[in-house]
Amino acid sequence: MISWPARLYTALVVALTAVLVARMPLHALHTGRIPDFWFELAILQALFLVCDSTPSSLAAQRAKWSPSSSATLAAVVLLGPVAAALVGAVSLISIKHQLRATERLFNGAMGALSGLAAGRAYAALHGPVGLPVFGKDPWMIIGPFAAAAAAHVVINQGLIWSFYRLNRGGQTLRREALESSLPLLLVSDLGYAALGLIIASLWRVMGPFSAVLVLVPLFVARWAMGQFAEERRAYAATMNALCRAVETKDFYTRGHGDRVSRGAGMIARQIGMRQGRTEAIMVAGMLHDVGKLGVPTQVLQKTGPLLEDELAAIQLHPMRGLEIVREIGFLNEALAGIMHHHERIDGRGYPMGFAGHEIPEFARIIAVADAFDSMTSTRSYRQARTIDAAVAELRRGAGTQFDPLLVEAFIAALAVEDWPLPEPAVVPADRGTVTAQDHDDPTAPLRVVEFP
Amino acid sequence: MTSRTAADRWTYWQSIDSGRLLLMAAAGMLIIAAFAHTTISSTNHIAWRPALAFGGFIALGELLRLALPGGREAAPIAMVGAMSYALLINVAHAGPANQEALLVVAVAAVGMTVGALPHVAAGRPAGLTGMCTRLVAVACVAFAFRPIVHDIRSEPWYVAMAVMVVVVVFGWLVDTVVGALIRADDIGSRFSVALVDEIRLQWLLGAAICASVLITVFGAEVMGIAELAVFVGPLLVTQLAFRRYAGIRATYLQTVRSLSRVTEVAGYVEEGHSQRVSRLAVAIGRVLGMTEPDLLALEYAALMHDIGQLSLRDPIPGGATLLAPRADQERIAELGADIIREAGVLDDVAELVRCQSWPASRDPAPPRGSMIIRAANAFDDMVGGGADRERSSAALDRMRQDPAEYDSLIVRALAEVAGRRPLWRL
Repeated sequence: MISWPARLYTALVVALTAVLVARMPLHALHTGRIPDFWFELAILQALFLVCDSTPSSLAAQRAKWSPSSSATLAAVVLLGPVAAALVGAVSLISIKHQLRATERLFNGAMGALSGLAAGRAYAALHGPVGLPVFGKDPWMIIGPFAAAAAAHVVINQGLIWSFYRLNRGGQTLRREALESSLPLLLVSDLGYAALGLIIASLWRVMGPFSAVLVLVPLFVARWAMGQFAEERRAYAATMNALCRAVETKDFYTRGHGDRVSRGAGMIARQIGMRQGRTEAIMVAGMLHDVGKLGVPTQVLQKTGPLLEDELAAIQLHPMRGLEIVREIGFLNEALAGIMHHHERIDGRGYPMGFAGHEIPEFARIIAVADAFDSMTSTRSYRQARTIDAAVAELRRGAGTQFDPLLVEAFIAALAVEDWPLPEPAVVPADRGTVTAQDHDDPTAPLRVVEFP
Repeated sequence: MTSRTAADRWTYWQSIDSGRLLLMAAAGMLIIAAFAHTTISSTNHIAWRPALAFGGFIALGELLRLALPGGREAAPIAMVGAMSYALLINVAHAGPANQEALLVVAVAAVGMTVGALPHVAAGRPAGLTGMCTRLVAVACVAFAFRPIVHDIRSEPWYVAMAVMVVVVVFGWLVDTVVGALIRADDIGSRFSVALVDEIRLQWLLGAAICASVLITVFGAEVMGIAELAVFVGPLLVTQLAFRRYAGIRATYLQTVRSLSRVTEVAGYVEEGHSQRVSRLAVAIGRVLGMTEPDLLALEYAALMHDIGQLSLRDPIPGGATLLAPRADQERIAELGADIIREAGVLDDVAELVRCQSWPASRDPAPPRGSMIIRAANAFDDMVGGGADRERSSAALDRMRQDPAEYDSLIVRALAEVAGRRPLWRL
């Protein structure tokens, strides 16, 4: 659903566009001066339509991008501002699926408006309209064109962003996804805007064929972007499957990695961590207990107090985890998070006994999410705690076990986002192993045999 | 026995070096000829502005090399710059472009060297082979086109463009064929397969390069040298798209490689087993002429072939699936395939894992990848991480005597791969 403010906003943008286009002086249409005006306009509109109908995914699945602005900007140079608006308006009939009428209307108005703005910027700096003739100083055209490209990007992105800001309900995810890909979006937009001038220049040599020639690299880039998005999805799916496989050993800890990953992501966003690091910490959260596989099953299942070396085996698991994931190149900071997620602020944790800010930020974040999920999950020796009880427990440990700032950040995030409580574990009577003592549980420390 | 292996080793190294050596000699001779000719004949006629602009463009392209899947390296922007300079007809306000083919080679060589220097300074490999390949390809384009440029100048644009497309495709083919030759030598695959792989992977990039060259050449005719500054934007963004794609592919592979070690850490299998089996399997696949997409699936399947053991309550003693009863082997394979199928994107890999314990004589026959994994796994279970020749030949003998279990072609390929030193190169 599209929210009412967004609808109202769309109506405003459409009205504004109509007024602005209508108020343009007739000679700005340049039909008289340019012989093949309507033919050229149709070609550029076709180019726009082809580009706009085949967008590619950027970093996030729902953030789509298309190089159609190059057609609008070519029209700015070749045919003038009104023609540019007419090219941009083609967005209205784009063959993208899943577009609602409001969205189409908005896209069309936005395309027209940014085309018009680009054309006005170009004219303001005395950029000549028509087949470009470069004099001794090519910057006489390149300069105004750069201004037109900048105006196009600013108006275009500005309109899109305000639309998403207004259209909140149910769209938060989409907005977040867009925010993460904004730098890339801007770079791509500006880079491909330059193609507009290339199209216009080549037009002098080869006419409309220039549009065809330019399509080739555009489509190759689009292919690469599509492949990227596909590989990224495949990667995430594979990672999930492998992590789940690791957890199958224990019926009680299923989904633990997933939830810790989510919790760590919530904290990271709450404290304003930038996108790249947030993604990294979510991977770290997913993988933080991989090393538990190295702990012998008998030790995990032991109900009585642990022997010295059994405790050591458990306390070694962050190191084993590190050993497994060390070679994953991009993880860098996440590695520290995996290795130190059982350190305590008071220095009594393991494996290194770091204290306070010696503990890497990633590790401090994971520690909070880790303990919280452990407490809110059912264990063989106790029922799951309620969220409130677990929060109280986190607060109690703040300053000794946990970083107080991060605990507060997590609690603040919990107030806004839902926490996916795990399904109560159903353990078949005959098979499967269960953890008898949870090393993550701050309320039930591991019991060690004490020698008199 | 020993003398034969030594001879094998000698021919192996020799074959690597001779190909590279020949390429470098060719590039070196081109460079010497280019500089000798350019300095001896009067330098007054050289149009310095385009030469410098294109040289700088090439240097930028070489600086921003592109890592492609499979450990390849390309420099598409440098190729666009060099080929465009070779095909330049007119430059706006500078008149007809009259540079000779050897000047093109000289400019390309200087540009590439300048662009490679930062790589060397940063301690990265200089990528000499790639640079030589590109230089030879550019030289082919220049020698084909510069002599006829005067005739082309009077032709209409579409004729000129058609000729340019032919010449660029020729240059691209030279680049691809030389690249495939070197690669086939490096990784021990057949040349024909390496060539097909190379073309399959690079043709899209090649199309983009070709179109970009045409755009640059005709754009310079209208806009002059300033066009390079305008066009570099879209080229950089296109390259960025490719870089991200190659990056996520590499991360994916690294992650699967790392996570496949969970079975080792859990004590289900011997240290390094998955990694060794996957290298063996890929090497066998190459000898048998498998293509790169198939090899990638094979590598993933081999890395994860033991992952089904995670669902077992207790590790199999010693981790050797070879010694487990057939029913257990098949159950582990099924469980592993289930885990992989969960991902939803690796169904072909899951299938290879599922059929890994089927004997070769089974009807219907298991997929070839599964038979390869079975052979590689059995070999590693018997021989282990050490490079004991006696054990290795005993294992091979045992597998040869059991053609119902192990496909004889695969065992032959395994013997070839196991006889190599250094054992497995990636």
